[in-house]
Amino acid sequence: MRHGRLRIITLFLAAPLTLYGVLVASPLIQAFYISLTSWTGYTSAKPFAGLANYRRLLHDPAFWQALEHNALLLVAVPAITIVLGLLFASLLNVGARAGSVEGVRFSSLYQKSFFLPHILPVVITAVLWQFLYNPELGLINSLLDAAGLGSLKQTWLGDPQVALWSMAAILVWAGVGFYVILFSAAMQSIPKDLYEAADLDGANRLRTMLSITLPLLRETVQVAYVYLGIGALDAFTLFQVLQPDGGPNNSTNVVAQYLYQSAFDNGQFGYASAIGVVLCLLTLVLTAVTFGVSRRERIEF
Amino acid sequence: MIEKIRSALARVAAHGVLAVWALAATIPMLWALISAFKSNSDLFAAPWKLPSSWHFDNFVRAWSKADIGGYLMNTLIVVLSALALTMLLGAMAAYVLARFPFPGNRVIYYGFVAGMAFPLFLALVPLFFVVKNLGLLGTFPGLILVYTAYSLPFTVFFLTGFFRTLPAAVAEAAVLDGCSQEGVFFRVMLPMAKPGLISVGIFNFLSMWNQYLLPLVLNPDQHSYVLSQGLAALAVQQGYQSDWSALFAGMVIAALPVVAVYLALQKKVQTGLSVGLLK
Repeated sequence: MRHGRLRIITLFLAAPLTLYGVLVASPLIQAFYISLTSWTGYTSAKPFAGLANYRRLLHDPAFWQALEHNALLLVAVPAITIVLGLLFASLLNVGARAGSVEGVRFSSLYQKSFFLPHILPVVITAVLWQFLYNPELGLINSLLDAAGLGSLKQTWLGDPQVALWSMAAILVWAGVGFYVILFSAAMQSIPKDLYEAADLDGANRLRTMLSITLPLLRETVQVAYVYLGIGALDAFTLFQVLQPDGGPNNSTNVVAQYLYQSAFDNGQFGYASAIGVVLCLLTLVLTAVTFGVSRRERIEF
Repeated sequence: MIEKIRSALARVAAHGVLAVWALAATIPMLWALISAFKSNSDLFAAPWKLPSSWHFDNFVRAWSKADIGGYLMNTLIVVLSALALTMLLGAMAAYVLARFPFPGNRVIYYGFVAGMAFPLFLALVPLFFVVKNLGLLGTFPGLILVYTAYSLPFTVFFLTGFFRTLPAAVAEAAVLDGCSQEGVFFRVMLPMAKPGLISVGIFNFLSMWNQYLLPLVLNPDQHSYVLSQGLAALAVQQGYQSDWSALFAGMVIAALPVVAVYLALQKKVQTGLSVGLLK
Protein backbone atom coordinates (compact mmCIF):
# COMPACT_ATOMS: atom_id res chain seq x y z
CA MET A 1 0.00 0.00 0.00
CA ARG A 2 2.97 2.35 0.43
CA HIS A 3 3.48 2.67 -3.28
CA GLY A 4 2.47 6.10 -4.53
CA ARG A 5 1.05 7.19 -1.19
CA LEU A 6 2.92 10.41 -0.79
CA ARG A 7 2.14 11.36 -4.35
CA ILE A 8 -1.60 10.85 -4.08
CA ILE A 9 -1.76 12.65 -0.72
CA THR A 10 -0.07 15.77 -2.10
CA LEU A 11 -1.79 15.58 -5.46
CA PHE A 12 -5.30 15.16 -4.07
CA LEU A 13 -5.02 17.70 -1.28
CA ALA A 14 -3.16 20.52 -3.04
CA ALA A 15 -6.04 22.06 -4.98
CA PRO A 16 -8.84 21.72 -2.38
CA LEU A 17 -6.58 23.01 0.40
CA THR A 18 -5.40 26.00 -1.63
CA LEU A 19 -8.94 26.94 -2.59
CA TYR A 20 -10.22 26.50 0.94
CA GLY A 21 -7.27 28.32 2.46
CA VAL A 22 -7.44 31.35 0.17
CA LEU A 23 -11.20 31.80 -0.12
CA VAL A 24 -12.57 30.46 3.19
CA ALA A 25 -10.00 30.13 5.97
CA SER A 26 -8.07 33.31 5.29
CA PRO A 27 -11.15 35.58 5.00
CA LEU A 28 -12.57 34.10 8.20
CA ILE A 29 -9.36 34.83 10.09
CA GLN A 30 -8.96 38.29 8.52
CA ALA A 31 -12.50 39.17 9.61
CA PHE A 32 -11.48 39.09 13.27
CA TYR A 33 -8.60 41.45 12.63
CA ILE A 34 -10.55 43.82 10.36
CA SER A 35 -13.21 44.08 13.08
CA LEU A 36 -10.54 45.76 15.22
CA THR A 37 -9.84 48.45 12.63
CA SER A 38 -11.63 51.49 11.27
CA TRP A 39 -10.97 50.38 7.71
CA THR A 40 -13.10 51.91 4.96
CA GLY A 41 -11.63 49.92 2.08
CA TYR A 42 -10.01 52.80 0.22
CA THR A 43 -6.55 52.46 1.75
CA SER A 44 -4.41 49.36 1.90
CA ALA A 45 -3.45 50.21 5.49
CA LYS A 46 -6.05 49.29 8.05
CA PRO A 47 -5.96 51.77 10.95
CA PHE A 48 -6.08 49.81 14.19
CA ALA A 49 -8.93 50.93 16.42
CA GLY A 50 -8.99 48.36 19.20
CA LEU A 51 -12.45 47.58 20.43
CA ALA A 52 -13.95 50.83 19.18
CA ASN A 53 -16.27 49.07 16.70
CA TYR A 54 -17.60 46.81 19.42
CA ARG A 55 -18.18 49.75 21.77
CA ARG A 56 -20.03 51.51 18.99
CA LEU A 57 -22.19 48.43 18.43
CA LEU A 58 -23.24 48.49 22.08
CA HIS A 59 -24.70 51.96 21.63
CA ASP A 60 -26.02 51.69 18.08
CA PRO A 61 -29.84 51.73 18.14
CA ALA A 62 -30.05 50.51 14.53
CA PHE A 63 -28.04 47.43 15.44
CA TRP A 64 -30.15 46.69 18.52
CA GLN A 65 -33.33 47.16 16.55
CA ALA A 66 -32.13 44.66 13.94
CA LEU A 67 -31.02 42.26 16.65
CA GLU A 68 -34.44 42.49 18.27
CA HIS A 69 -36.05 41.49 14.96
CA ASN A 70 -33.76 38.48 14.74
CA ALA A 71 -34.58 37.59 18.34
CA LEU A 72 -38.31 37.65 17.59
CA LEU A 73 -37.76 35.48 14.53
CA LEU A 74 -35.54 33.18 16.56
CA VAL A 75 -38.30 32.60 19.10
CA ALA A 76 -41.31 32.46 16.79
CA VAL A 77 -40.18 30.78 13.58
CA PRO A 78 -38.59 27.59 14.97
CA ALA A 79 -41.37 27.14 17.54
CA ILE A 80 -44.24 27.48 15.06
CA THR A 81 -42.48 25.47 12.36
CA ILE A 82 -41.67 22.62 14.74
CA VAL A 83 -45.17 22.51 16.25
CA LEU A 84 -46.79 22.44 12.81
CA GLY A 85 -44.23 19.92 11.57
CA LEU A 86 -44.91 17.61 14.51
CA LEU A 87 -48.67 18.00 14.12
CA PHE A 88 -48.68 17.14 10.42
CA ALA A 89 -46.14 14.35 10.81
CA SER A 90 -48.19 12.72 13.54
CA LEU A 91 -51.39 13.05 11.51
CA LEU A 92 -49.61 11.44 8.59
CA ASN A 93 -48.05 8.60 10.50
CA VAL A 94 -50.01 7.70 13.56
CA GLY A 95 -53.20 6.49 11.90
CA ALA A 96 -56.67 7.36 12.99
CA ARG A 97 -56.49 5.09 15.99
CA ALA A 98 -54.19 5.73 18.88
CA GLY A 99 -52.62 2.32 18.86
CA SER A 100 -51.52 1.97 15.29
CA VAL A 101 -48.63 3.39 13.37
CA GLU A 102 -49.79 3.44 9.82
CA GLY A 103 -49.75 6.00 7.07
CA VAL A 104 -53.03 7.72 6.22
CA ARG A 105 -54.30 7.61 2.65
CA PHE A 106 -52.70 10.08 0.23
CA SER A 107 -49.79 10.30 2.65
CA SER A 108 -47.20 10.66 -0.10
CA LEU A 109 -49.30 13.24 -1.96
CA TYR A 110 -49.52 15.34 1.20
CA GLN A 111 -45.79 15.05 1.79
CA LYS A 112 -45.02 16.06 -1.78
CA SER A 113 -47.22 19.16 -1.55
CA PHE A 114 -45.82 20.16 1.83
CA PHE A 115 -42.27 19.85 0.57
CA LEU A 116 -42.64 21.93 -2.61
CA PRO A 117 -42.33 25.37 -0.94
CA HIS A 118 -39.08 24.20 0.64
CA ILE A 119 -37.60 23.31 -2.73
CA LEU A 120 -38.40 26.72 -4.24
CA PRO A 121 -35.34 29.00 -4.43
CA VAL A 122 -35.64 31.72 -1.77
CA VAL A 123 -35.62 34.58 -4.26
CA ILE A 124 -38.60 33.06 -6.05
CA THR A 125 -40.36 32.57 -2.73
CA ALA A 126 -39.76 36.23 -1.98
CA VAL A 127 -41.12 37.49 -5.31
CA LEU A 128 -44.07 35.09 -5.06
CA TRP A 129 -45.03 36.43 -1.64
CA GLN A 130 -44.61 39.97 -2.80
CA PHE A 131 -47.59 39.18 -5.03
CA LEU A 132 -49.54 37.21 -2.45
CA TYR A 133 -49.25 40.14 -0.04
CA ASN A 134 -49.92 42.76 -2.72
CA PRO A 135 -52.79 44.94 -1.43
CA GLU A 136 -54.53 45.15 -4.84
CA LEU A 137 -53.96 42.01 -6.85
CA GLY A 138 -52.70 39.82 -4.00
CA LEU A 139 -54.31 36.49 -3.19
CA ILE A 140 -54.45 37.03 0.56
CA ASN A 141 -56.51 40.21 0.61
CA SER A 142 -58.82 38.99 -2.14
CA LEU A 143 -59.27 35.73 -0.21
CA LEU A 144 -60.21 37.71 2.91
CA ASP A 145 -62.65 39.76 0.83
CA ALA A 146 -64.22 36.63 -0.61
CA ALA A 147 -64.62 35.17 2.88
CA GLY A 148 -66.34 38.32 4.08
CA LEU A 149 -63.39 39.15 6.32
CA GLY A 150 -62.50 42.34 4.52
CA SER A 151 -61.86 44.08 7.83
CA LEU A 152 -58.80 41.86 8.36
CA LYS A 153 -57.14 43.12 5.19
CA GLN A 154 -53.69 44.62 5.71
CA THR A 155 -50.91 46.22 3.78
CA TRP A 156 -48.93 43.17 4.83
CA LEU A 157 -45.44 44.31 3.93
CA GLY A 158 -45.98 48.04 4.31
CA ASP A 159 -47.41 48.37 7.80
CA PRO A 160 -44.63 48.53 10.43
CA GLN A 161 -46.94 46.77 12.92
CA VAL A 162 -47.39 43.64 10.82
CA ALA A 163 -44.48 43.59 8.35
CA LEU A 164 -42.13 41.51 10.49
CA TRP A 165 -44.82 38.93 11.17
CA SER A 166 -45.70 38.77 7.51
CA MET A 167 -42.05 37.96 6.86
CA ALA A 168 -41.97 35.33 9.61
CA ALA A 169 -45.03 33.66 8.08
CA ILE A 170 -43.12 33.19 4.83
CA LEU A 171 -40.27 31.48 6.67
CA VAL A 172 -42.75 29.10 8.32
CA TRP A 173 -44.57 28.45 5.04
CA ALA A 174 -41.32 27.53 3.32
CA GLY A 175 -39.91 25.50 6.19
CA VAL A 176 -42.68 23.26 7.48
CA GLY A 177 -42.60 20.65 4.69
CA PHE A 178 -39.00 19.75 5.29
CA TYR A 179 -39.59 19.13 8.99
CA VAL A 180 -42.69 17.06 8.31
CA ILE A 181 -40.48 14.71 6.29
CA LEU A 182 -37.78 14.76 8.95
CA PHE A 183 -40.16 14.06 11.83
CA SER A 184 -42.06 11.45 9.80
CA ALA A 185 -38.87 9.49 9.25
CA ALA A 186 -38.06 9.68 12.96
CA MET A 187 -41.59 8.59 13.94
CA GLN A 188 -41.46 5.61 11.63
CA SER A 189 -38.37 4.36 13.41
CA ILE A 190 -40.24 4.15 16.71
CA PRO A 191 -41.14 0.49 17.38
CA LYS A 192 -44.83 -0.27 16.93
CA ASP A 193 -45.13 -2.30 20.12
CA LEU A 194 -44.66 0.87 22.15
CA TYR A 195 -47.87 2.21 20.61
CA GLU A 196 -49.67 -1.09 21.08
CA ALA A 197 -48.71 -1.09 24.73
CA ALA A 198 -49.96 2.48 25.13
CA ASP A 199 -53.21 1.53 23.43
CA LEU A 200 -53.69 -1.42 25.80
CA ASP A 201 -53.10 0.92 28.71
CA GLY A 202 -55.94 3.06 27.37
CA ALA A 203 -53.86 6.06 26.39
CA ASN A 204 -55.54 8.44 23.95
CA ARG A 205 -53.79 10.07 20.99
CA LEU A 206 -52.71 13.19 22.81
CA ARG A 207 -51.34 11.17 25.71
CA THR A 208 -49.47 8.86 23.32
CA MET A 209 -48.02 11.83 21.52
CA LEU A 210 -46.84 13.51 24.74
CA SER A 211 -45.55 10.43 26.54
CA ILE A 212 -44.12 8.32 23.76
CA THR A 213 -43.58 10.11 20.47
CA LEU A 214 -42.21 13.42 21.71
CA PRO A 215 -39.62 12.07 24.17
CA LEU A 216 -38.31 9.71 21.51
CA LEU A 217 -38.11 12.53 18.97
CA ARG A 218 -36.15 14.76 21.30
CA GLU A 219 -32.85 14.71 19.42
CA THR A 220 -34.47 15.23 16.04
CA VAL A 221 -36.35 18.24 17.40
CA GLN A 222 -33.11 19.66 18.79
CA VAL A 223 -31.38 19.37 15.45
CA ALA A 224 -34.40 20.99 13.81
CA TYR A 225 -34.31 23.83 16.33
CA VAL A 226 -30.65 24.60 15.70
CA TYR A 227 -31.11 24.47 11.95
CA LEU A 228 -34.17 26.74 12.04
CA GLY A 229 -32.50 29.03 14.55
CA ILE A 230 -29.45 29.51 12.34
CA GLY A 231 -31.85 30.28 9.51
CA ALA A 232 -33.65 32.88 11.64
CA LEU A 233 -30.33 34.51 12.58
CA ASP A 234 -29.52 34.86 8.90
CA ALA A 235 -32.72 35.21 6.82
CA PHE A 236 -30.81 37.61 4.58
CA THR A 237 -32.02 36.64 1.12
CA LEU A 238 -35.75 36.75 1.86
CA PHE A 239 -35.50 40.07 3.68
CA GLN A 240 -33.12 41.67 1.22
CA VAL A 241 -35.33 40.87 -1.76
CA LEU A 242 -38.66 41.76 -0.13
CA GLN A 243 -37.55 44.63 2.08
CA PRO A 244 -34.27 45.90 0.63
CA ASP A 245 -34.37 49.09 2.68
CA GLY A 246 -35.18 47.36 5.95
CA GLY A 247 -38.94 47.64 5.59
CA PRO A 248 -41.30 50.44 6.67
CA ASN A 249 -39.56 52.47 9.41
CA ASN A 250 -36.80 49.85 9.45
CA SER A 251 -39.35 47.54 11.06
CA THR A 252 -37.95 44.43 9.39
CA ASN A 253 -34.22 45.16 9.20
CA VAL A 254 -32.23 42.14 10.34
CA VAL A 255 -28.62 41.98 11.51
CA ALA A 256 -27.36 40.37 8.31
CA GLN A 257 -28.88 43.20 6.28
CA TYR A 258 -27.40 45.79 8.62
CA LEU A 259 -24.00 44.16 8.11
CA TYR A 260 -24.47 44.27 4.34
CA GLN A 261 -25.56 47.91 4.43
CA SER A 262 -22.67 48.91 6.69
CA ALA A 263 -20.15 47.25 4.39
CA PHE A 264 -21.40 47.74 0.87
CA ASP A 265 -23.62 50.83 1.15
CA ASN A 266 -21.62 52.80 3.73
CA GLY A 267 -18.13 51.39 3.22
CA GLN A 268 -17.61 50.78 6.93
CA PHE A 269 -15.77 47.52 6.54
CA GLY A 270 -14.31 47.43 10.02
CA TYR A 271 -17.68 48.00 11.61
CA ALA A 272 -19.35 45.44 9.32
CA SER A 273 -16.74 42.86 10.30
CA ALA A 274 -17.48 43.48 13.97
CA ILE A 275 -21.16 42.79 13.25
CA GLY A 276 -20.06 39.58 11.51
CA VAL A 277 -18.10 38.48 14.56
CA VAL A 278 -21.12 39.10 16.80
CA LEU A 279 -23.39 37.21 14.40
CA CYS A 280 -20.95 34.32 14.42
CA LEU A 281 -20.81 34.26 18.23
CA LEU A 282 -24.62 34.25 18.41
CA THR A 283 -24.76 31.27 16.05
CA LEU A 284 -22.23 29.35 18.11
CA VAL A 285 -24.00 30.19 21.37
CA LEU A 286 -27.33 29.05 19.93
CA THR A 287 -25.86 25.69 18.94
CA ALA A 288 -24.04 25.21 22.23
CA VAL A 289 -27.10 26.14 24.32
CA THR A 290 -29.48 23.88 22.40
CA PHE A 291 -27.25 20.85 22.60
CA GLY A 292 -25.54 21.63 25.89
CA VAL A 293 -28.20 22.67 28.38
CA SER A 294 -30.72 20.09 27.30
CA ARG A 295 -28.31 17.19 27.31
CA ARG A 296 -29.99 14.31 28.99
CA GLU A 297 -29.60 10.59 28.92
CA ARG A 298 -30.29 9.20 25.51
CA ILE A 299 -33.29 6.96 25.28
CA GLU A 300 -32.33 3.78 23.48
CA PHE A 301 -34.92 1.82 21.59
CA MET B 1 -70.13 1.33 17.15
CA ILE B 2 -69.35 4.59 18.93
CA GLU B 3 -65.69 3.65 18.73
CA LYS B 4 -66.02 3.27 14.97
CA ILE B 5 -67.74 6.63 14.49
CA ARG B 6 -65.14 8.34 16.63
CA SER B 7 -62.31 6.85 14.65
CA ALA B 8 -63.96 7.83 11.37
CA LEU B 9 -64.42 11.39 12.65
CA ALA B 10 -60.80 11.53 13.74
CA ARG B 11 -59.73 10.42 10.29
CA VAL B 12 -61.85 13.07 8.60
CA ALA B 13 -60.44 15.73 10.92
CA ALA B 14 -56.90 14.58 10.18
CA HIS B 15 -57.50 14.76 6.46
CA GLY B 16 -59.10 18.18 6.87
CA VAL B 17 -56.03 19.61 8.61
CA LEU B 18 -53.61 18.00 6.18
CA ALA B 19 -55.59 19.15 3.15
CA VAL B 20 -55.68 22.76 4.36
CA TRP B 21 -51.90 22.89 4.60
CA ALA B 22 -51.43 21.04 1.32
CA LEU B 23 -53.58 23.72 -0.35
CA ALA B 24 -51.79 26.55 1.44
CA ALA B 25 -48.48 25.13 0.23
CA THR B 26 -49.41 24.53 -3.39
CA ILE B 27 -52.06 27.10 -4.34
CA PRO B 28 -49.66 30.09 -4.34
CA MET B 29 -47.43 28.23 -6.78
CA LEU B 30 -50.30 27.14 -8.99
CA TRP B 31 -51.58 30.70 -8.93
CA ALA B 32 -48.18 31.99 -10.08
CA LEU B 33 -48.09 29.34 -12.80
CA ILE B 34 -51.53 30.30 -14.11
CA SER B 35 -50.85 34.02 -13.77
CA ALA B 36 -47.83 33.55 -16.01
CA PHE B 37 -50.26 32.96 -18.88
CA LYS B 38 -52.48 35.97 -18.21
CA SER B 39 -52.49 39.39 -19.77
CA ASN B 40 -51.66 42.26 -17.44
CA SER B 41 -55.25 43.48 -17.37
CA ASP B 42 -56.54 39.96 -16.58
CA LEU B 43 -54.11 39.80 -13.71
CA PHE B 44 -55.70 42.72 -11.90
CA ALA B 45 -59.31 42.28 -13.01
CA ALA B 46 -59.65 38.59 -12.15
CA PRO B 47 -56.83 37.31 -9.94
CA TRP B 48 -58.78 34.12 -9.17
CA LYS B 49 -59.99 33.18 -12.61
CA LEU B 50 -58.34 31.22 -15.39
CA PRO B 51 -56.85 33.39 -18.15
CA SER B 52 -59.43 34.64 -20.66
CA SER B 53 -56.85 33.81 -23.33
CA TRP B 54 -53.54 32.02 -22.78
CA HIS B 55 -50.59 34.33 -23.35
CA PHE B 56 -47.48 32.40 -24.25
CA ASP B 57 -45.90 35.66 -25.33
CA ASN B 58 -45.31 36.43 -21.63
CA PHE B 59 -42.62 33.77 -21.70
CA VAL B 60 -41.08 35.21 -24.83
CA ARG B 61 -40.93 38.66 -23.23
CA ALA B 62 -39.48 37.25 -20.02
CA TRP B 63 -36.95 35.16 -21.90
CA SER B 64 -35.59 37.80 -24.26
CA LYS B 65 -36.69 41.27 -23.20
CA ALA B 66 -36.23 40.72 -19.47
CA ASP B 67 -33.20 38.53 -20.26
CA ILE B 68 -34.25 35.58 -18.12
CA GLY B 69 -32.78 33.38 -20.85
CA GLY B 70 -29.38 34.98 -20.40
CA TYR B 71 -29.57 34.71 -16.60
CA LEU B 72 -30.52 31.04 -16.92
CA MET B 73 -27.47 30.38 -19.10
CA ASN B 74 -25.21 32.23 -16.61
CA THR B 75 -26.65 30.21 -13.74
CA LEU B 76 -26.20 26.93 -15.59
CA ILE B 77 -22.57 27.75 -16.41
CA VAL B 78 -21.72 28.82 -12.85
CA VAL B 79 -23.67 26.17 -10.94
CA LEU B 80 -22.75 23.19 -13.13
CA SER B 81 -19.04 24.10 -13.23
CA ALA B 82 -18.94 24.74 -9.50
CA LEU B 83 -20.83 21.53 -8.81
CA ALA B 84 -18.45 19.44 -10.92
CA LEU B 85 -15.42 21.08 -9.34
CA THR B 86 -16.83 20.67 -5.82
CA MET B 87 -17.57 17.01 -6.30
CA LEU B 88 -14.16 16.29 -7.82
CA LEU B 89 -12.06 18.24 -5.31
CA GLY B 90 -14.28 17.28 -2.37
CA ALA B 91 -14.10 13.58 -3.21
CA MET B 92 -10.34 13.72 -3.72
CA ALA B 93 -9.70 15.41 -0.40
CA ALA B 94 -12.20 13.22 1.44
CA TYR B 95 -10.69 10.04 -0.01
CA VAL B 96 -7.17 10.90 1.08
CA LEU B 97 -8.33 12.03 4.52
CA ALA B 98 -10.41 8.87 5.01
CA ARG B 99 -7.91 6.35 3.70
CA PHE B 100 -4.38 7.51 4.40
CA PRO B 101 -3.23 8.15 7.95
CA PHE B 102 -0.38 10.67 7.79
CA PRO B 103 0.87 13.35 10.16
CA GLY B 104 -1.43 16.35 9.86
CA ASN B 105 -4.37 14.34 8.55
CA ARG B 106 -6.59 15.20 11.53
CA VAL B 107 -5.54 18.86 11.49
CA ILE B 108 -6.55 19.20 7.84
CA TYR B 109 -9.81 17.31 8.38
CA TYR B 110 -10.87 19.47 11.31
CA GLY B 111 -9.69 22.54 9.44
CA PHE B 112 -12.23 21.73 6.73
CA VAL B 113 -14.96 20.80 9.20
CA ALA B 114 -14.46 24.03 11.19
CA GLY B 115 -15.55 25.91 8.07
CA MET B 116 -19.10 24.66 8.66
CA ALA B 117 -19.35 26.32 12.05
CA PHE B 118 -18.91 29.88 10.79
CA PRO B 119 -21.64 31.83 9.04
CA LEU B 120 -20.79 33.04 5.56
CA PHE B 121 -21.43 36.59 6.77
CA LEU B 122 -18.33 36.56 8.92
CA ALA B 123 -16.13 36.03 5.85
CA LEU B 124 -18.05 38.38 3.56
CA VAL B 125 -16.00 41.58 3.80
CA PRO B 126 -12.52 40.01 3.54
CA LEU B 127 -13.78 37.63 0.84
CA PHE B 128 -14.88 40.57 -1.29
CA PHE B 129 -11.37 42.03 -1.16
CA VAL B 130 -9.61 38.69 -1.69
CA VAL B 131 -11.65 38.09 -4.83
CA LYS B 132 -11.11 41.69 -5.95
CA ASN B 133 -7.35 41.48 -5.44
CA LEU B 134 -7.22 38.25 -7.42
CA GLY B 135 -8.86 40.16 -10.27
CA LEU B 136 -11.83 37.79 -10.18
CA LEU B 137 -14.56 40.22 -9.14
CA GLY B 138 -17.51 40.05 -11.52
CA THR B 139 -16.15 37.02 -13.39
CA PHE B 140 -17.59 33.52 -13.72
CA PRO B 141 -14.32 31.82 -12.68
CA GLY B 142 -14.44 33.94 -9.53
CA LEU B 143 -18.00 32.86 -8.69
CA ILE B 144 -17.26 29.24 -9.56
CA LEU B 145 -14.18 29.09 -7.33
CA VAL B 146 -15.99 30.80 -4.43
CA TYR B 147 -19.07 28.53 -4.70
CA THR B 148 -16.71 25.55 -4.74
CA ALA B 149 -14.63 26.71 -1.80
CA TYR B 150 -17.70 27.27 0.38
CA SER B 151 -19.21 23.91 -0.55
CA LEU B 152 -16.01 22.04 0.32
CA PRO B 153 -16.34 21.87 4.13
CA PHE B 154 -19.62 19.98 4.12
CA THR B 155 -18.73 17.90 1.06
CA VAL B 156 -15.40 16.83 2.58
CA PHE B 157 -17.04 16.13 5.93
CA PHE B 158 -19.82 14.02 4.44
CA LEU B 159 -17.70 12.11 1.92
CA THR B 160 -14.91 11.38 4.42
CA GLY B 161 -17.49 9.58 6.53
CA PHE B 162 -18.77 7.84 3.44
CA PHE B 163 -15.37 6.63 2.21
CA ARG B 164 -14.63 5.21 5.66
CA THR B 165 -17.63 2.91 5.38
CA LEU B 166 -16.43 1.41 2.09
CA PRO B 167 -14.46 -1.88 2.33
CA ALA B 168 -10.69 -1.47 1.98
CA ALA B 169 -10.09 -4.92 0.52
CA VAL B 170 -11.10 -4.02 -3.06
CA ALA B 171 -8.74 -1.06 -3.17
CA GLU B 172 -5.86 -3.10 -1.75
CA ALA B 173 -6.41 -5.85 -4.29
CA ALA B 174 -6.36 -3.32 -7.12
CA VAL B 175 -3.05 -1.87 -5.87
CA LEU B 176 -1.55 -5.38 -5.69
CA ASP B 177 -2.66 -5.88 -9.29
CA GLY B 178 -0.48 -2.93 -10.24
CA CYS B 179 -3.12 -0.22 -10.39
CA SER B 180 -1.83 3.22 -9.40
CA GLN B 181 -3.29 4.93 -6.35
CA GLU B 182 -4.98 7.49 -8.57
CA GLY B 183 -6.34 4.73 -10.77
CA VAL B 184 -7.82 3.02 -7.71
CA PHE B 185 -9.58 6.22 -6.77
CA PHE B 186 -11.09 6.97 -10.17
CA ARG B 187 -11.87 3.42 -11.29
CA VAL B 188 -12.69 1.62 -8.05
CA MET B 189 -13.54 3.97 -5.20
CA LEU B 190 -15.52 6.71 -6.99
CA PRO B 191 -18.00 4.25 -8.53
CA MET B 192 -18.45 2.61 -5.13
CA ALA B 193 -19.15 5.99 -3.54
CA LYS B 194 -21.92 6.84 -5.98
CA PRO B 195 -24.83 6.90 -3.48
CA GLY B 196 -22.95 9.32 -1.22
CA LEU B 197 -21.90 11.47 -4.16
CA ILE B 198 -25.51 11.73 -5.32
CA SER B 199 -26.85 12.80 -1.92
CA VAL B 200 -24.25 15.47 -1.36
CA GLY B 201 -24.39 16.45 -5.04
CA ILE B 202 -28.11 17.19 -4.89
CA PHE B 203 -27.64 19.14 -1.70
CA ASN B 204 -24.87 21.21 -3.29
CA PHE B 205 -26.82 21.75 -6.51
CA LEU B 206 -29.84 23.15 -4.68
CA SER B 207 -27.82 25.40 -2.40
CA MET B 208 -25.78 26.75 -5.31
CA TRP B 209 -28.90 27.35 -7.42
CA ASN B 210 -30.38 29.12 -4.41
CA GLN B 211 -27.33 31.28 -3.73
CA TYR B 212 -28.04 35.02 -3.62
CA LEU B 213 -25.65 36.64 -1.17
CA LEU B 214 -22.42 35.61 -2.93
CA PRO B 215 -23.40 36.80 -6.41
CA LEU B 216 -24.91 39.97 -4.92
CA VAL B 217 -21.51 40.89 -3.50
CA LEU B 218 -19.15 39.34 -6.06
CA ASN B 219 -21.04 39.64 -9.35
CA PRO B 220 -22.15 43.27 -9.82
CA ASP B 221 -22.37 43.38 -13.65
CA GLN B 222 -25.96 43.04 -14.86
CA HIS B 223 -24.97 41.04 -17.95
CA SER B 224 -23.47 38.27 -15.88
CA TYR B 225 -26.27 38.12 -13.28
CA VAL B 226 -27.37 34.68 -12.17
CA LEU B 227 -31.09 33.90 -11.99
CA SER B 228 -31.57 34.86 -8.35
CA GLN B 229 -30.06 38.30 -8.98
CA GLY B 230 -31.88 38.75 -12.27
CA LEU B 231 -35.23 37.85 -10.77
CA ALA B 232 -34.79 40.13 -7.77
CA ALA B 233 -33.82 43.00 -10.07
CA LEU B 234 -36.74 42.20 -12.35
CA ALA B 235 -39.18 42.30 -9.46
CA VAL B 236 -38.17 45.88 -8.75
CA GLN B 237 -37.97 46.90 -12.40
CA GLN B 238 -41.28 45.37 -13.54
CA GLY B 239 -42.95 47.33 -10.79
CA TYR B 240 -42.17 50.47 -12.76
CA GLN B 241 -43.02 49.01 -16.14
CA SER B 242 -46.15 47.24 -14.81
CA ASP B 243 -45.34 44.18 -16.88
CA TRP B 244 -46.26 41.80 -14.10
CA SER B 245 -47.18 38.89 -16.32
CA ALA B 246 -43.65 38.72 -17.74
CA LEU B 247 -42.36 38.60 -14.19
CA PHE B 248 -44.63 35.66 -13.40
CA ALA B 249 -43.37 33.92 -16.53
CA GLY B 250 -39.79 34.63 -15.45
CA MET B 251 -40.47 33.08 -12.05
CA VAL B 252 -41.84 29.96 -13.68
CA ILE B 253 -38.78 29.63 -15.90
CA ALA B 254 -36.47 30.12 -12.92
CA ALA B 255 -38.31 27.62 -10.72
CA LEU B 256 -38.69 24.94 -13.38
CA PRO B 257 -35.23 23.29 -13.19
CA VAL B 258 -35.40 22.93 -9.42
CA VAL B 259 -38.97 21.66 -9.32
CA ALA B 260 -38.16 19.25 -12.15
CA VAL B 261 -35.17 17.87 -10.26
CA TYR B 262 -37.37 17.44 -7.22
CA LEU B 263 -40.25 15.71 -8.97
CA ALA B 264 -37.89 13.39 -10.83
CA LEU B 265 -35.75 12.45 -7.84
CA GLN B 266 -38.12 13.08 -4.95
CA LYS B 267 -36.72 10.54 -2.49
CA LYS B 268 -33.14 11.37 -3.35
CA VAL B 269 -33.75 15.09 -2.95
CA GLN B 270 -35.29 14.52 0.46
CA THR B 271 -32.31 12.47 1.60
CA GLY B 272 -29.99 14.94 -0.09
CA LEU B 273 -31.47 17.82 1.88
CA SER B 274 -31.61 15.82 5.11
CA VAL B 275 -27.87 15.18 4.97
CA GLY B 276 -27.57 18.95 5.27
CA LEU B 277 -28.79 18.62 8.85
CA LEU B 278 -25.52 16.92 9.73
CA LYS B 279 -23.89 20.32 9.46
